[in-house]
Amino acid sequence: MTGDVYVVVEHWNGTIAEVSFELLGLGRQLAQASGGKLHALVLGPEAKEVAAACGAADVTICVEHDALAGFSPEAHITQLAAILKDRSPAFTLVSNTSKGMDVAPALAVALKVPVVTNVAAVAVNDGAIVATSQLYGGKIAVEAELAGGRAVLSLLAGAFPADHGKSAGAGAIETVVPAAQLGGSRVAFKRLIEAEASDVDISKQEILVTVGRGIQDKDNLPVVQELADALGCPLCASRPLVDAGWLPKSRQVGKSGVTVKPKIYLAIGLSGAPEHVQGMKDATTIIAVNSDPKAPIFDVAHFGVVADLFDVVPALTEKVRELRG
Amino acid sequence: MHIVVPLKQSPDLVEELEVNAEGNDIDRQGLKLQVSEWDEQALEEALCLKEASGANVTAITADWGGADLVLFTALAKGADRALKLVGDFSTTMLDNHRLARALASTVEQLGANLVLTGVQSVEDLDGQIPVLLAAMLGWPHVSVVTGVELTADAAQVKQEHSGGLVAELEVKLPAVLGVQAARRAPRYAPVSKVRQMQKGAKLEQLSVAAQDAGSGLKVRRVFKPQVAARAEILEGTAEEIAAKLLAVLRERGLSL
Amino acid sequence: MPIEKEKLLSVEPARIHEHEHLVLEGSDISGHWNRMFEQRVLWDYTPDLLGKITALEGGESLGWCYQCGKCVGVCPVDVVGDYGPRKIFRKVQSGTDLFTSDDLWLCTTCMNCLRVCPKEVDMVKIMPAVREQAMLEGNVPAELQDAFEKTAKYGNPLGEPARKRADWTRDAGVEVPIVAKTGKPVDLLWWVECYPAYHPRGKEAARALARTLVALGVDFGIIGIEEKCVADSQRLAGEKGLFESLAEENIKTLRNYQFRRLMVTDPHAYNAFRNEYPRYGGSYEVVHYTQLLAPLMSKIEWKKELRYKVTFHDPCYLGRHNGEYEAPRAILKAIPGLELVEMFRCRQNGYCCGGGGGGMWLDGFNTQHLRERLSERRVREAVEVGAEVLAVCCPFEVSRFEDAVKSTGNEGKLLVRDIVELMDEARRAA
Ligand SMILES: Cc1cc2nc3c(=O)[nH]c(=O)nc-3n(C[C@H](O)[C@H](O)[C@H](O)COP(=O)(O)OP(=O)(O)OC[C@H]3O[C@@H](n4cnc5c(N)ncnc54)[C@H](O)[C@@H]3O)c2cc1C
Ligand code: SF4
Ligand code: SF4
Repeated sequence: MTGDVYVVVEHWNGTIAEVSFELLGLGRQLAQASGGKLHALVLGPEAKEVAAACGAADVTICVEHDALAGFSPEAHITQLAAILKDRSPAFTLVSNTSKGMDVAPALAVALKVPVVTNVAAVAVNDGAIVATSQLYGGKIAVEAELAGGRAVLSLLAGAFPADHGKSAGAGAIETVVPAAQLGGSRVAFKRLIEAEASDVDISKQEILVTVGRGIQDKDNLPVVQELADALGCPLCASRPLVDAGWLPKSRQVGKSGVTVKPKIYLAIGLSGAPEHVQGMKDATTIIAVNSDPKAPIFDVAHFGVVADLFDVVPALTEKVRELRG
Repeated sequence: MHIVVPLKQSPDLVEELEVNAEGNDIDRQGLKLQVSEWDEQALEEALCLKEASGANVTAITADWGGADLVLFTALAKGADRALKLVGDFSTTMLDNHRLARALASTVEQLGANLVLTGVQSVEDLDGQIPVLLAAMLGWPHVSVVTGVELTADAAQVKQEHSGGLVAELEVKLPAVLGVQAARRAPRYAPVSKVRQMQKGAKLEQLSVAAQDAGSGLKVRRVFKPQVAARAEILEGTAEEIAAKLLAVLRERGLSL
Repeated sequence: MPIEKEKLLSVEPARIHEHEHLVLEGSDISGHWNRMFEQRVLWDYTPDLLGKITALEGGESLGWCYQCGKCVGVCPVDVVGDYGPRKIFRKVQSGTDLFTSDDLWLCTTCMNCLRVCPKEVDMVKIMPAVREQAMLEGNVPAELQDAFEKTAKYGNPLGEPARKRADWTRDAGVEVPIVAKTGKPVDLLWWVECYPAYHPRGKEAARALARTLVALGVDFGIIGIEEKCVADSQRLAGEKGLFESLAEENIKTLRNYQFRRLMVTDPHAYNAFRNEYPRYGGSYEVVHYTQLLAPLMSKIEWKKELRYKVTFHDPCYLGRHNGEYEAPRAILKAIPGLELVEMFRCRQNGYCCGGGGGGMWLDGFNTQHLRERLSERRVREAVEVGAEVLAVCCPFEVSRFEDAVKSTGNEGKLLVRDIVELMDEARRAA
C-alpha cells in the first residue's frame, strides 16, 4: 500500500468538469497528509488535452482510445480497475455525479476496498481517516472511519473549493496503453444529446429562480429573467403570475403546480403562502428576497434578504456575470 | 423478458429524523419508512416496459418495515410477482453491501434478464445498490437512467448528466439499470385494489443466508448539522448583499 | 290514446306523420297542435356511453335526465364555465366518454343541481361512482393523485407528519386537553380535521376555537396524533377505498375514548360522520362547532364591538347537504356591532367555494377549464354587497378565499375570517 491519491478526472469531449478541480484540490491535501503522490486519471481520445488542465497533480495518467470516447461505464471501469489494481492507492477520488455513481462502487468492488458515498468532508487524524457524508437529504451527517486505510470516495460536487485544484504548473504525463480487453463489448456509448430547451422540467433542475407578485408588472420580468440566465437556470413563478399568463403553467411551483427539490432555490418577491411552500420546502438551500421582514417565506428559507428586489437582484446578476466572464 | 425490481424501504424525510442515544445511527424506533422514491420510479418504468412490449415484473423487498404492504401495493400497480426476502437484515446505514449481496443471489435464482432499481436512496453510505449489485453479479450497468427501450437482447437507455446533457447507450442483457426517472410519474395504487390484493394475492418468500456486511466501514459518529430555525438574514448595501449571496451560492454547490 | 304509437312505430317510421285534423272520442280537436312531422334521426350515437354510467352503483340517475335545464342555472361551475348535469348528459349522449373526459373532475358535488332537479339526477352519487372507475383505470389528475397518496401515507392530504397533528395547540394560549393523555371521559370530543391542524390559516381558527371553548367552560378534548383525515372529499373525488380504510381506522380510534358528543370543525367531516360513518359501524351524535356555540351566545362577555359589515358564505356541506343555515348566522348576529349582509346567492342557493368533491386538490387542473375560480367569483360577490369581512365556517375556505382576495385585486378591501375568529376578536380586549 502506498499513500498515493488518484483522482478520476471527468470531462466531456475534452472539456474538464469543474468538480474535477475540487477533487484535485482535495487530493492534493490528502496526498500531503499521507505522504504520497497525487495522480490524475484521464480517459478518452482527448486525454492529453485534458491533462494540460491537471497541473495540480504530480502525475497525470492518460488512457487514449477511441472506445473510451463519450462514457461507457463498463469500458471506464475496466480501464480504471486495470490501472489501479497494482498501484494500491490509499484513496481514489470520484465525483458523485452520473459518471461517478457508475464508477465508484464498481471500482470499490473490483479493487476490494470500501467505498464511501456522498462525502462532503475528509479528515485524517491520528492515522485514522474519517469521511463525513451528508445523508437523508443533508439532514444527517455521518462520520465513517476507513478501517483498512484505503477507499474509493465519492464526493459531493460543491463541497470542496475548486481553486485549490487549479494550478498553472505541469506535472508529469504518463501514457498508459489501454488494457487489452477494452471491456466495451456490453455497454456501448452511442451519442450525446442536449435536452430540448423548450421542455425544461423544473422538477429536475439543480438551481431555480422563482419570482412572485413582488415583481409587480410583466414589464419587470427581465430583471429576474436576467438573473436566471446568468445562473443558467429556468425562471419559475408563483401561481398568480402563471394565472396572469406571464409564465407557462409548467413553471408554476407549488401544490397545484410542480413540486421541486433543487439544490438552490431563489425565492424572489414571493410571500411563501403554504400552497407555494408545499412545492419547494425540500430544496436543499432556500434563499429569499422580500421587502417585508415578516413574510412567511423567511420561516422556510435558509438565507434571507430583506430588501427591494429591484435593488438586490440586478446587483447579484452583475456579480454572477462577472464571475462567469 | 423477466424484469426484477428491488424496492428498498428507507426513512421518510417528512418525519423529523433523530440521532440514537449511542450517536452511531439514526433513531430507528418508530421510524416511518417508505419505498425509496427512486425505486418507485424504477417500478413505474418496469410496468411501462411490461405494457409496451410484454414482460414479467417481479417486485422484491427485504422483510422489514411494512414489507407486505409494499409488495401488495406493487401487485396492485401491476407487478406479476411479489417476493419477500427473509433473513437477517439488521437495518443500519451500512447495509447496501449486505442488501446487494442478498439481491445478487436472488436475481440469479430468479433468472432475470433485467434489474431496474432506484439509482440511489437517501441513506447510501457504502455505495449505491444498482452498481454494487451489478458488480457482484458481473453484469453491465448504467446509472441515472431516464428512459429504457427493450429489444430482444439489449436495452437502449438514456443516461442523464449534469448541465442538461443526455447520453444514449446500448446495454446487452442481462443488465442492471439505476433509474433516476421513469417515462411518466409513478401511477396511483387505488386503496381498494391494494386491499383486494391483501385479501387475495399471495406473497412469495425466499430465505437468504446471513450476509456478511463487508462494507469495510465503521460509523464513528452521526449528528445533525446545525440549522437555524429561521433564515439567516444577510445585511448591507445591495452591493454587499449581492457579494454575500454569491458566496452562499458558491458554497452551496453552484459551480461557476 | 288516439295515437297508436307502438303500431305506428313498427311501420316505416320515416313516412309517419299526423294531420292537423283529429277527432277524439267524437270531438273534433283539429288544430296545429296535432300536427306532427316525419320522424327524423335526432342522434347518431350509441347509448353505450350513457349505459356505462347508469350501470354503475350510484350512476343510475344520470339516465333519468329529461333535459329540462333547471340545473344549469344553479350550477356554480356553469357560472364561471360551461357545465351542469344537463350538459354532461347531452355530451355523454353525443359521444363524450365521461370516464376519460376532463369534465369528470369539475363537479364540486355542491348539490345545488339536485335541489332543483325534477328527476332527482344526483351528481353527488354519479360523480364519485364514475371517478372511482376512472381512477381504477389509472386516470387521475396528478394533483389529486398527490393528495390521495399523501392522505394514504400520512393521514392528511397536506403531506404533513402525523406526529405534528396536535402541534397547533402549543400557541393556542390555553390548555387543549388531549384525551389520550388525560384518560378522562369528555362531554365533547373535538374532531379537529386536517386543515385546522396543519394549514397556517386553519390553525389560527383552531386556536380561536380552543380559546372560545375554554372561555365557555366546555368540557372538551381532542384526540391528537391518532386522528386521521375523515376523507369525505377524497371519497367524493372517487377514492372510496381510501375513505373506507380511514373510516375503519377512525372508528376504531374513537372506540378508545369516552365522550357524549363529537364536535367537528369541518363541514365535510360533519357530513361523513352523520351520513357515511354509520354504515361502517360508527354512529355518533355530531355537532358542527357553530351549532355548539350558537345557543351559548348569551353566556359570552363581549369586550369589543366589531363595527364591520360582514357577509357569510354558506358551506355546501353544512347548508345544502345537511340543512344548517341558522347557527352560523345566529353567532354573527350576536357579535356586538357587527352588521350582517347577505349575498345574492345564499342559504339554499349558496354559491360554492370550489373546494368540495376534490376541488381543493384540482386547482391547477380546473382553472384550465374555467374563466375564473369559483372562490374568486364568490369574493367578487362579497365585495359587490359592500362587505368588509367575508365570514366562513369551513376550513377549506379561509385559504381559498384569502388567496382569491389577492388574485382579484381586493387586498385591503375584504378580510376573510372564520366565524370563531370574529368571536374571539370581540370576546378579547383589544
Ligand atoms: C387550492 C390552492 C392551490 C394553490 N396552489 C398554488 C401553487 O401551486 N403555487 C403557488 O405559488 N401558489 C398557489 N396558491 C396560491 C397561494 O395561496 C398564494 O396566493 C400565492 O402563492 C401568492 O403568490 P405570491 O407569493 O407571488 O404573492 P403575494 O403573496 O402577494 O406575495 C408577494 C410578496 O412580494 C413582496 N414584495 C412586494 N414588492 C417587493 C419588492 N419590490 N421587493 C421584494 N419583495 C417585494 C411582498 O412583501 C410579498 O411578500 C394556491 C392557492 C390555493 C387556494
Ligand atoms: S353538484 Fe354542483 S357543481 Fe356538480 S353539477 Fe351539480 S350544481 Fe354543478
Ligand atoms: S334539472 Fe335534472 S332533469 Fe333537468 S336537465 Fe338538469 S339533470 Fe336533467
